[in-house]
Amino acid sequence: MNRFLNKAVLVMALLLVGTGMAHARDQIKITGSSTVFPFSSYVAEEMGATTKFPAPVVESTGSGGGQKLFGTGIGANTPDIANSSRRMKDTEFEAAEKNGVTDITEAMIGFDGIAIAQNKDNAHFDITLQELAMAVAADVPVDGKIVPNPYKMWNEINPNLPARKIVFYGPPTSSGTRDAFEEMVVEKVCGKIEGYEKGYKKIRQDNAYVPAGENDNLIVQKLTNDKDAFGIFGFSFLSENSDSLQGTAISGVDPTPEAIAEGTYPISRSLFFYIKNAHYDAIPGLKEYVELFMSEKMIGTDGLLKSIGLVPMPDAMRAEARQNVLDKKKLTLESLKKK
Amino acid sequence: MSMPIDPRSLKKRKNSEGQFKALSFMAISVAGIFLVLFFSDIIRKGYTAFQQTEIKAVITYSQTIFDNPRSALDPRINPLVSRGVTRILPMHLRENPQLLGQTEEFWVLANAEVDQYVKGKPNRLKPNEAALVDELLAEGTIKKAFNIGFFTNGDSKLAEMAGIFSAAVGTLYVLCITFIFSFPAGVMAAIYMEEFAPDNRIMQIVEVNINNLAAIPSILFGLLGLAIFINFMGLPRSSALVGGLTLALMTLPVIIISTRAAIRAIPDSIREGALALGATHWQLVWDHILPLSLPGILTGTIIGLARAIGETAPLLIIGMVAYIQDVPRGLTSSATVLPAQIYVWSSESIRAFTERTSAGIIVLLVVLLTMNAVAILLRNKYERKW
Repeated sequence: MNRFLNKAVLVMALLLVGTGMAHARDQIKITGSSTVFPFSSYVAEEMGATTKFPAPVVESTGSGGGQKLFGTGIGANTPDIANSSRRMKDTEFEAAEKNGVTDITEAMIGFDGIAIAQNKDNAHFDITLQELAMAVAADVPVDGKIVPNPYKMWNEINPNLPARKIVFYGPPTSSGTRDAFEEMVVEKVCGKIEGYEKGYKKIRQDNAYVPAGENDNLIVQKLTNDKDAFGIFGFSFLSENSDSLQGTAISGVDPTPEAIAEGTYPISRSLFFYIKNAHYDAIPGLKEYVELFMSEKMIGTDGLLKSIGLVPMPDAMRAEARQNVLDKKKLTLESLKKK
Repeated sequence: MSMPIDPRSLKKRKNSEGQFKALSFMAISVAGIFLVLFFSDIIRKGYTAFQQTEIKAVITYSQTIFDNPRSALDPRINPLVSRGVTRILPMHLRENPQLLGQTEEFWVLANAEVDQYVKGKPNRLKPNEAALVDELLAEGTIKKAFNIGFFTNGDSKLAEMAGIFSAAVGTLYVLCITFIFSFPAGVMAAIYMEEFAPDNRIMQIVEVNINNLAAIPSILFGLLGLAIFINFMGLPRSSALVGGLTLALMTLPVIIISTRAAIRAIPDSIREGALALGATHWQLVWDHILPLSLPGILTGTIIGLARAIGETAPLLIIGMVAYIQDVPRGLTSSATVLPAQIYVWSSESIRAFTERTSAGIIVLLVVLLTMNAVAILLRNKYERKW
């Protein structure tokens, strides 16, 4: 029994020593946006299945969480790629720079529309961006004064709209979808209404807007039960669930792939990933992964990612995005600020 | 001794007993109904995933495979076959050049839409494809077979190929680490506290803290694991090692508490007998206390580990809830676990993942039931009444 005990102690000690040592990594590590996650992991799997490299590990942490990890430094213990459903923020770039991550390349992969979806059995809904903003914003102008959002029914915003309770199920604060939605709906309307100057973008926090976690399927389920409610999520979820849900038109434009790529559907955004160029030499397969992702096979007009909801870029834009990545074009603070 | 019993008071007491019984029965019924609802819902949604649709296909190995892998298939059934089948053909042919010019006949995976159609679930098959599937079903070249892939494949974005194997291996790794670190430490800590520790203020504080640790939300252990193992010790994120260590921290208090309970259940006469015969304290612990309390210790350990198996919250923080396709090749390579795999599937937009999510839950439930059954068996078999 004593001998057994000695052995056990020895094994534990060995384990501790063995794992404490620095380790090289042969697997790509990717973190970031839950919106880019399906596309990124699709490419990861394709790479695992069709090349001799192991499939990369893709984590869905939200755009902000991914950038935070990405910017912690250079080395095997930091991610090689950060997925993002918005452009990198200045603050994130500066934080990364401070930690030694100075050589970053931005890769744009395509578009994603944000759909305002509802139960399919309901009548088709068509609103303006302004009406939508009035329904979701935290603070709205009433008679020239800014007040906390008082609207409970759609017909209080515009008498022509139906007398229907305002209920939204949408992404929580950690989500890139929410950041994008705030910017593309509330912030865009700012300055266009008298007394509603720039600087408002917050979404209301009463029971008219229910944050539903990063799991978009939950929102889909809620909408099949709650007919008053609207759900806010990525376009791919609408197209996957087109038998139970329908999109809401914004000023007469329905969320369709064509309208999103042309930019006539106003609530759409670009999707990105960011590459740590210093890792190209250290991590086997990183170059192959990036090239596979940017290939016609994936993000092209008939690419595989289109079948799971990515809206491809027009030809010229795609070629430029690909060239940037192949040239390892260095991202600068100026280009991020320029928009 | 002549306390008069008022017959009305007796009736009243009987009444309140009846009410109490009825309420208790209602409570257990409600719990039972929810359990039945939960199980029937999961099983109804998930049982179909244990079968998978296959198509009989002739694969022709030709030069054109390198440019267009799908050309290996008969164009008629081409749109029905999973992409997972054809995409590996170029590499397969490159490694086995002697296959060039030959044909092989296999049962291959149909894609998820065909599979969902055959199972009568919502799908997006075009009407002409659906008609073709019906035709092939009648011919007998499409069939449902036992879904071996679900148990031998790792995660996949193609619903028809997704399986739990890498998650199951990851769970095993994590569980081993958890056991190796929490069991000896937990049992030794409990022995020290019960048998050797002085009864002073410090030990009381330690005891209160251990009981408290057993009750705190598991996500806090995730934050602790992130701070200590990943940020401070520099162990790799998403690895089975970090996951196991984090869950070991979580399981430790449970093991300590159950070990102490088991040790305390041993009557003092055993201790006094051993000491009276001249045994040292160490001999007493090693030869008497430990063997006698082992069934109780193991029961507590298994229940603690079962709780660790089902945990996702702390693993989310340390990066184990992710797309991890490959089987972990070591303790430091990335791994995922069963509940994390279930969570990842539950947020997939593709409909065919719904049944796989439920099937994953069924597998996890079976594992948990087995572990708890073993714990009960151990207890019943070796438990001693003093």
